Parts: sequence; structure tokens; C-alpha cells
Amino acid sequence: MRDVAIIGVGMQKWGELWEKSLRELFVEAAMLAIEDAGVDRIDSMQVGCMSSGLFVGQEHIGSLLADYLGVAPIPSTRVETACASGGAAFRMAFIEVASGISDIVLAGGVEKMTDVGGDEATYALGTAADQEYEGFNGITFPGLYAMMAQRHMYEHGTTREQLARVAVKNHEHGSSNPLAQFPMKITVEQVINSVMIADPLRILDCSPITDGAAAAILCPLEMARKIGKKDLVKVIGSGQATDTIALHDRDDLTSLRSTARAAETAYKMAGKKPEDIDFAEVHDCFTIAEICITEALGFCEKGKGGPLVEAGATSLGGRIPVNTSGGLKSKGHPVGATGVAQVIEAVHQLRGEAGDRQVEGARVGLTQNMGGSGGSAVVHIMEAL
Amino acid sequence: MIAPRLWREFPQRYRYEAGECKKCGKIYFPPRLICSVCKSKEFKKIVLKRSGTLLTYTIIRVPPSQFKDEAPYAMGIVELDGGGRINTQIVDCDFEKIQIGMKVRVEFRRIQAEGEAGVIGYGYKCIPA
Repeated sequence: MRDVAIIGVGMQKWGELWEKSLRELFVEAAMLAIEDAGVDRIDSMQVGCMSSGLFVGQEHIGSLLADYLGVAPIPSTRVETACASGGAAFRMAFIEVASGISDIVLAGGVEKMTDVGGDEATYALGTAADQEYEGFNGITFPGLYAMMAQRHMYEHGTTREQLARVAVKNHEHGSSNPLAQFPMKITVEQVINSVMIADPLRILDCSPITDGAAAAILCPLEMARKIGKKDLVKVIGSGQATDTIALHDRDDLTSLRSTARAAETAYKMAGKKPEDIDFAEVHDCFTIAEICITEALGFCEKGKGGPLVEAGATSLGGRIPVNTSGGLKSKGHPVGATGVAQVIEAVHQLRGEAGDRQVEGARVGLTQNMGGSGGSAVVHIMEAL
Repeated sequence: MIAPRLWREFPQRYRYEAGECKKCGKIYFPPRLICSVCKSKEFKKIVLKRSGTLLTYTIIRVPPSQFKDEAPYAMGIVELDGGGRINTQIVDCDFEKIQIGMKVRVEFRRIQAEGEAGVIGYGYKCIPA
């Protein structure tokens, strides 16, 4: 297996971007990444996208996006693992470079979500659950995570305020990210008084509906050195795992086994432990998700994710800063693009160019991207050389 | 086609038919072709009990398109007596009375009308026992 480096990243501000189409969103991000990498060609593309079919009625976007980026006839494939599609696309690009099949590979992600109304978007996202045995009965994604939250509160004494702390922290971090969709700071009071979506989760516990794209360029580490790239970031661990698609089929309703397994694989490949990680970008699609994820990644004991965020350990300046980019909550969550954007934040941190949200002395970063209620998870670990 | 899709699930949604692995005893609802635990391919057809315990719940205030007219409604995960779990609506009960650990009974109900033709899908919902 060849060593793999990330030599370029690109994304533009996310939001409700009515004037931009799916193809424009992607091509803009891809062009920025190619420019940042300083390469004159790419050999292949892996693009994460959850549901262009339901959101804009377009499938076959591997061809569409290669065509509009002007790189056809290179191979280009859409990768789908629900909200973990971006992370999975990045992993496919990593595998492609590491294996020696291709040299310069673009890992991208895109989702154009605001061409449909709110209930249609809720339906489209809901297709990541078991359609016949969850969706058929009327469950939604906020509903599934709400049931995890309810159970977490019941078993571990997690409080309503601890959930809110996740959102408050991530908006605080996102306020210094110029590309974030909702960079405003919020308070615990605002979260716990916001509109109820699925009890106990309120709208400020939920990540938003977002249009956006992200792209990264990977190549063999040796090639990156040869072309004189500075501030190199090496991918040192990659893991992916699955769990039951239906939440109710899990013995423990609050354990994210796919995340724990993907992390175990990535930690092993990287030769690192949870305490070696300087910062992490994780899939806070709902506040409860970040609490369960920090437990699954080994940043705290099972059931202690609430006290972890409450004590400030996951805030910038804390023991293990989580979601310095603002996370899905503040930065936005164009589902297929999220996993790649997490990698972009990790690269900015490891190159020391994260500005006001820079984690001091950041050398090793972790990204965790998740699909459905945890049916898929992808974890990567990166190191500054 | 909506009709065949609904029709295929009749054994589960109308009759609560599940599969029990002959080798390790794990219960699957809906039935499967291979056991995730022991990889056995032999199953016994069983019928799930129509009573159980609520493991967790929520109130859906923002529903998907086809449930637009029904929100708010309660949903939960129920562990059935004798094994098997379902994701289900909790109905005929004030939201304030719903709590983890409460006993429920499974009832046959209308779930939703799908597509332009409004083909009605029936299935199970739970009520307080």
C-alpha cells in the first residue's frame, strides 16, 4: 500500500443557494481544490452524494460532474452511504491512490437540498432509514435520534441542558468559520426554547438543510514531495463499518457500533489511540449524535458524553476540541458533502491555517462521518508531516 | 407499483409473522434468509406476541410528506413479550402519559395512504395495555 497525502482542498460558503445548481456547486468546489493542489490533471473522481435523485431528479452524476468539470473521459463514480457518502467517497479515493490504481484522485461531495420543500426533504432524508419497517410507520430522522436521546437520558442521566451545550459549542466554533451557513452564536436558553421537532429534540438541536459541495485532492505521498508540496497532510488511518439499518434492531439503542468499529480499524491502521487525537470533526447531525459519537470514539466512557461537553472538554481550548468548523450544526449539512468538508477542516487545522479556531499544536486529527441512524460510519485519521 | 409493495408485507403487517433461527434462536422481524449471528439458513416461522414494553419514544411534530395531516403523533420502539422489536406509532394515549417501561398492546390499524391513487397501507400501532 502506498502512503497517501492530501494536497489540495476546496469549498465555498454553504447555505440556501437558490441561484446555484448541483453541477455549479460541485464544479466550484472542485476547481478550488485543484487550484489549491496546483496540479494540472486529475486521474479519477469519487463523489459522495446521498440523493440527487430525490432532491433534484438527477441520477448518474458521476458522468454529469466529470463532464462539467471538463475532465471527461476520466473515471468518475458516485458513492452513496446516506449521510456518510462524502466520507465514503474520500475513503474510495484513498483506496484508489493507496492501491496504485490511480495517482491524482479527487474526492468530492455535493448535495443540492433546497429545490424541494421541507416535508419532501424530510422524506428524502428519511429514505436512509428502513423504508418498510421504520419509514412506513411515520418515523423521521429527527424522530430516530430523538428516541436515542430519550433512551440516553433514561439510562445515563444525560440532561436537556447537556444536549443544548453541543449546539451552543458548535455555533461558537462556527462563528469564526467564514464558510458556515449559520455562523451566529446561540445560548442554552435559545436552544431549549426553540421549536420542538421530535421530543426532546428542538430545531436548534438539529443540523440544517443545506446546499453545498466540498472537494479534496489526494495523491501518493512520494509524488507530493516530488512536486514540492509544503505543509503535507498524510492519511494515516481509514475505517468504515456498518450496523443494522433499523435502530430498533440494536440491542443497545444508544451505542453507535458502526462508529466504534470504524474507529477501531482506523486507530489500528494509524497506530494511534483516542488520547493521541488532537481534535476531531464528527457527525453532529443532532446534538445527541455528538454525545454518542464522542463515547464511541473513546474520548470518554460510555454514557459520559453529556458531562464531557458540559465540562468544556470538547470546546476549543479543551482536552479534545470537537467540531472546530462549527460541525454540521453551524457549518451546515449538505449530506453528501459533509464527510469531505470534515476532511477539509482537518487539513486546515493540520496546516495551521484555521485562523481564530486554530487548535494549538494540532498534529493528529480525526474525522467521523455517519449515515442513517448509524447504519454506516466512516472514520479517518490524518497527520501533519 | 405501490400495491405489490404493500401486498408483499402482508404476512408481517397483518399477521406479525417472524422468523426464528433454528440454530441460535434469534428472532427476525421481518424474516431473513440468513442469520446475522450464526449464519444458519434454517428458520422456523413464528407469530409475534401482541403485547410488549416501550423502550423509548418521541413525538413527531414535523412529519414526512405522507403523514402531513397527522402530526403531532407519538412513536416508539417496543420490545414484544417473547421476543422481537418493532418501530411503531403509540396511539389512543395522551402524550404526557407515555413513558419508557410502559406496557403496550399491538393493534391492527390504518397507517398511511400512498401515491396519487391513495392506496391504503395497513399495519400495526400500539396502544396502552
